[in-house]
Amino acid sequence: MPPLPTYILHLADNALILGHRNSEWTGHGPVLEQDIALSNIALDLIGQSRNLYQLAAERMNNLSPEKQALTEDDLAYLRDSTEFKNLVLLEQTNGDWAKTILREFYFSHFQLLQYRGLLGSRDPGLAAISEKSIKEIRYHVKWSSEWVCRLGDGTPESHSRMLNAMETLNPWLPELFVAADYEQAAIANGTAIDPSGLFKDWLNQVNQVLANATLPIYAAEKKGAFSLSGKNGFHSEHLGYILAEMQYLQRAYPGCTW
Amino acid sequence: MPKCNICKEHIPDAHGDPMKKEDIISILEAVMDPEIPVLSIADLGILRDVEILGNEIIVKITPTYSGCPAMDAIEQDIRKTLLQNGYEKVNVSLVLSPAWTSDWLSAAGKEKLEAFGIAAPSLAQACAIGETGNDSPDHCPHCHSKNIQMISRFGSTSCKALYRCLDCLEPFDYFKCH
Repeated sequence: MPPLPTYILHLADNALILGHRNSEWTGHGPVLEQDIALSNIALDLIGQSRNLYQLAAERMNNLSPEKQALTEDDLAYLRDSTEFKNLVLLEQTNGDWAKTILREFYFSHFQLLQYRGLLGSRDPGLAAISEKSIKEIRYHVKWSSEWVCRLGDGTPESHSRMLNAMETLNPWLPELFVAADYEQAAIANGTAIDPSGLFKDWLNQVNQVLANATLPIYAAEKKGAFSLSGKNGFHSEHLGYILAEMQYLQRAYPGCTW
Repeated sequence: MPKCNICKEHIPDAHGDPMKKEDIISILEAVMDPEIPVLSIADLGILRDVEILGNEIIVKITPTYSGCPAMDAIEQDIRKTLLQNGYEKVNVSLVLSPAWTSDWLSAAGKEKLEAFGIAAPSLAQACAIGETGNDSPDHCPHCHSKNIQMISRFGSTSCKALYRCLDCLEPFDYFKCH
């Protein structure tokens, strides 16, 4: 597949998988207001993924007009885990509230920078989705940063849970800043932006919050600690379980609607 | 103009009786938001434009938030309302850019919100929030006290946050600047 649709799928898969993970908290949040907050964030992300899947389908259909037209549903429900291109970080299990918050915090800071860069994409569809999504992500950044402070600078228990979460999630962070081959090609034609160029700003913003939260600041991981690359379809075992649940209905009853 | 006087068919422009954009817009002003039933899609700024192509009507709408679950219901309501008024060929298309902003909420819409018990966006321009600043309601929509406190940044729908009034002690929704 050409680079641009693949890159759009990567962005869509990121939003869908994190949206799905966050939605697992619906009905299980620590208090009602925060249950609603995380469910709203999940809704934003799943909405963004829908817009991106629709765009990817449109771009793919334009490239192969002779084939049967793809829809957003084909892309979300009928691809296997090796075809999914989301970051490995995002498919990790929710763990406790601290781990869920930290993942949302790391990713929303990254996503905001990435979509800001994509405002200048030569693909007008991608630029429009970025413009729409940025407003939502700003809220996710604010909410998750406040929670990182509350937990890090909270009780000894909440602080130690944040340390555990950092230990578990930090090894997955380098992948955010390494462009996949299709991404490189899309960067070269002006439709994507280079994630390695976002690292400095991301690190500054994230470390500022972590320092306020009395947590250790993040220092880049040694390369090669984890060799999986979700962007290239190499995932942890967790993604398969997500897809099994998410895709069950369409796999068991193809084309089912209600 | 439900049917053509001559052929009795629902083809509004068949016999020199062209569809008028302003007629269609005034019909669409009766389509209410399913989540906030006192506001029409025009009040909310969801209704962006109406185009007439031959005998087809293209209604352009934009979502408030990417994941707004009301969009499908709104699309159906638009079709139903136009059909009831004799317009059969309707195409509802979703536009994302320019992105919806609470600045598009009409003045009448803001008054209706307050009367419904939802605090209206406090800033005339949402971009005034800036990167890290917060927006909060100006006053409690029930007793107009300015002594208020945030309960949660996220409320019953994506577009609202939850507050409480420290004087009348009532909780209330705030329609966020966005």
